[in-house]
Amino acid sequence: MGTAQSEADVVVSVEGLRTYFYNDNRCNKAVDDVSFEIRSGKTLCVVGESGCGKSVTASSIMQLLPRLARIEEGSITFNAQSGALRIDKLDRNGRAMRNIRGGEIAMIFQDPMKSLNPVYTVGFQIAENLKYHTRLASRAIRELTIEMLGKMGIPLPEKRVDQYPHEFSGGMRQRAMIAMAMACNPRLLIADEPTTALDVTIQAQIFETMLKLKAEHGTAIMLITHDMGVVAELADEVAVMYMGKIVEGGTVEEVLRTPRHPYTKALLASIPVLGRGRNQQIEPIRGSTPDPYDRPVGCQFAPRCDYAGEKCAVMPDEEYVSFTHRVRCWKHQEVAPDE
Amino acid sequence: MNDQLPENILELRGLKTHYPIRGGVFRRTVDSIKAVDGVDLSVRRGEVLGLVGESGCGKSTLGKSILRLALSTAGEIVFSSENGEVDLRQLTRAELFPYRRRLQIIFQDPHSSLNPAFTIFTAFDDVLKRYGYGDKEARRAVLGDLFEAVNMPRHYIDRYPHEFSGGQRQRIGIARALAVDPELIVCDEPVSALDASIQAQVLKLLQNLRQERNLTYIFITHDLSVTEYFCDRIAVMYLGKIVEIAKSEEIFGTTLHPYTQALISAIPVADLDRKSKRIVLEGDVPSPVSPPSGCAFHPRCRFATDICRQQTPKLQPSKDYPKDHLVACHRVEELGVLGHA
Repeated sequence: MGTAQSEADVVVSVEGLRTYFYNDNRCNKAVDDVSFEIRSGKTLCVVGESGCGKSVTASSIMQLLPRLARIEEGSITFNAQSGALRIDKLDRNGRAMRNIRGGEIAMIFQDPMKSLNPVYTVGFQIAENLKYHTRLASRAIRELTIEMLGKMGIPLPEKRVDQYPHEFSGGMRQRAMIAMAMACNPRLLIADEPTTALDVTIQAQIFETMLKLKAEHGTAIMLITHDMGVVAELADEVAVMYMGKIVEGGTVEEVLRTPRHPYTKALLASIPVLGRGRNQQIEPIRGSTPDPYDRPVGCQFAPRCDYAGEKCAVMPDEEYVSFTHRVRCWKHQEVAPDE
Repeated sequence: MNDQLPENILELRGLKTHYPIRGGVFRRTVDSIKAVDGVDLSVRRGEVLGLVGESGCGKSTLGKSILRLALSTAGEIVFSSENGEVDLRQLTRAELFPYRRRLQIIFQDPHSSLNPAFTIFTAFDDVLKRYGYGDKEARRAVLGDLFEAVNMPRHYIDRYPHEFSGGQRQRIGIARALAVDPELIVCDEPVSALDASIQAQVLKLLQNLRQERNLTYIFITHDLSVTEYFCDRIAVMYLGKIVEIAKSEEIFGTTLHPYTQALISAIPVADLDRKSKRIVLEGDVPSPVSPPSGCAFHPRCRFATDICRQQTPKLQPSKDYPKDHLVACHRVEELGVLGHA
C-alpha cells in the first residue's frame, strides 16, 4: 500500500503471500496472493466472513500455522529492532522466531479461556513471557506483572496476580491476555477477534485499553474482525478479504464511504446500522460462500455478484484507484464511478 | 388482525425463575441463581418484541420459562387465545400439550439443535406424527412445503444436518418451529452465529414469515443494531429484571435508563458520521446469585445515590415521556436523557 510513502515506520510488510492447506490430497488456497503493510501507531482492520483467510494470514505472520499448512510463496518482512527480518524464511520453532513471537510480535486470541492454562496462575503466565523475553530479575518481573494487570483495569492486581484463570470473568481474562501480550511492549499486536466472545460494555473497555496502548507505545495493530462497526470505530486502514484474497483495501474513509468492490458494497448494505431506525433497507447477499475445495473460476465473488459479466471468468489484478485505495474488480468503475 | 382476540397474546406477571444451587452431602439447596427475578411484561399480538441484555442477564431463561422449558418458580404466564386466558404455569403436561403448538422457539445454535444421525425428515417425523399430519406421504409433503417456505429445495428433506451450511441449518430451525403452525415464536439469538451476509437473509425470511402467517415474535438478542431494525418494541434486561421497555424509536431516541444509555453508547456503529462518545462502564455484571441491594445496576451507575442502594425501583412510566415508555430508575425524572451522550 503506497510504497512511495516513507518506509521508516513500516512495521510489517506482507508481499504476495500464499498459504495453502493440504488435506486428503486436496489443496485449499486459504490465503492467495495477499499484500499489505502496517505502520507503527496505525490499526489495520482485516474484515471478512468466516473462512475468508483472515485468521490464516495472522497465523502466517506469527508462524503458528498447523502442520498441514505451508507458506508457498511471498514474503513477510518484519522490521525488528535489530533490523529487517524475513519471517517466512525462519524456522517456525527456531530461536529467532521464538525471540520475536510473544516479544516483538504479540497476539491476542478470540477465546481467552482456551489460551490461558488453567493449572497456572495468571501472574505466572504473564511473568513467563517476561522471563523469556527480558533480562529482569524475578522481583522486578513480579512488580511489572502487577503493574500491567493494574493498567488493564483489573481491580486489586496484587491479589489477582496469584489467582487462576477460572477465578477471572470473561472480560478480565481477555484483559489478562492483553496484559500478557503487551508486557514486552511489542511493535506489532495481532488481535484475532479479541472481543467477539464478550459483551458490548466489556468490548468498549477492551477497545479503550487498546487505543491507549496504541497512543502510548506506537504499537502497530492488526485487528481481525467481522464487525463493520468495529472497523468504523477503530481502523485507520481496512482490508476486506473474500475467499483468500484482499478484494479491497484502503483507508477507512475510502473503503466505508466509497466502496469500490461489489462485495464490500453488498456487505455494508446487508447490516443494520444503529441510528438509522426501522425504515432502513437491508439487502442480503444472495447465495453463500463457495466451498474452498470447489471454487468458482475467475473472480470468487462473481456467482453472488450483481455486476458480474463475461470478463469476471478471469481473476482481475489489483488496481489502485487512488494512492492508497486498491480494488480487485473488473467493474469497479460501475460500482463507484470516479468523481 | 382478529377483532375478538385480546390485544395481548401473552402476559407475564411477576415471573421468577431461580435455579437452585445444591451443596453439602445431601445435595440440599443452599442458594439460588436468580436468573429471572420478577418480570412483568405484556406481548401484543402481531408485534416483534426485542429482549436485549448482556450475557447472564436472564434473557434466554425468560424465553425458555415462557415455553416451560425452564421451570419458573413464581408468577404467572398468561396466554390468551380464543379459549380465553390461561396461566401456562398451572397446567399439567397433558393440559399444556395443545398450547405447545401455539408457542415455539428457534434456538441460537443450529449445529447443536439437529441430531446428526438422522436425516431432516426422520428427525421431524416424530413431531409431525404427534400432531396428526396424516400418513407418510402427507407428512413428506408438509415438510416439503415448509422447506419451500424457508427458501430451500423440497428434496433437501432427505439430507443429513452436516450437509447444510450454518445459514441453511438456521432455516431448518425456523422450519421446525413453523411445523406446528404456531402463533408466538421465541427467537433466541437466531442470527448471532451467522455471518453478516447470511444474517440479513435470515432476518428477511423471518420478516416475510411474520407477515404471511400473522406471527408474534419475542426476539432475544444482544445485538442492538439488529433490534432497532427488526423490533417494534424493545425490553432491556439487567440481572433478571427489565430496566426499560419502550417502542424501538423511543429506546434509541430518548434513552432514559443509565444502563441502556451505556449499552447503546458501547455499540460500534458502522457509520463514520456517527462517532459518539462511549460511556465506559466500570467492572463486570454482578453475580445473579447475590444481586446488589436496591437497584441492581447501582454499583456501575454514574448517577447512583443512597436511595438507589436501598430501594428497588419499580418499572413505571415517567412524566414528560409517553406512557408506554416504562423505566425502572429512581432518578429518571431529574436526569431525563441527560446521561445520553
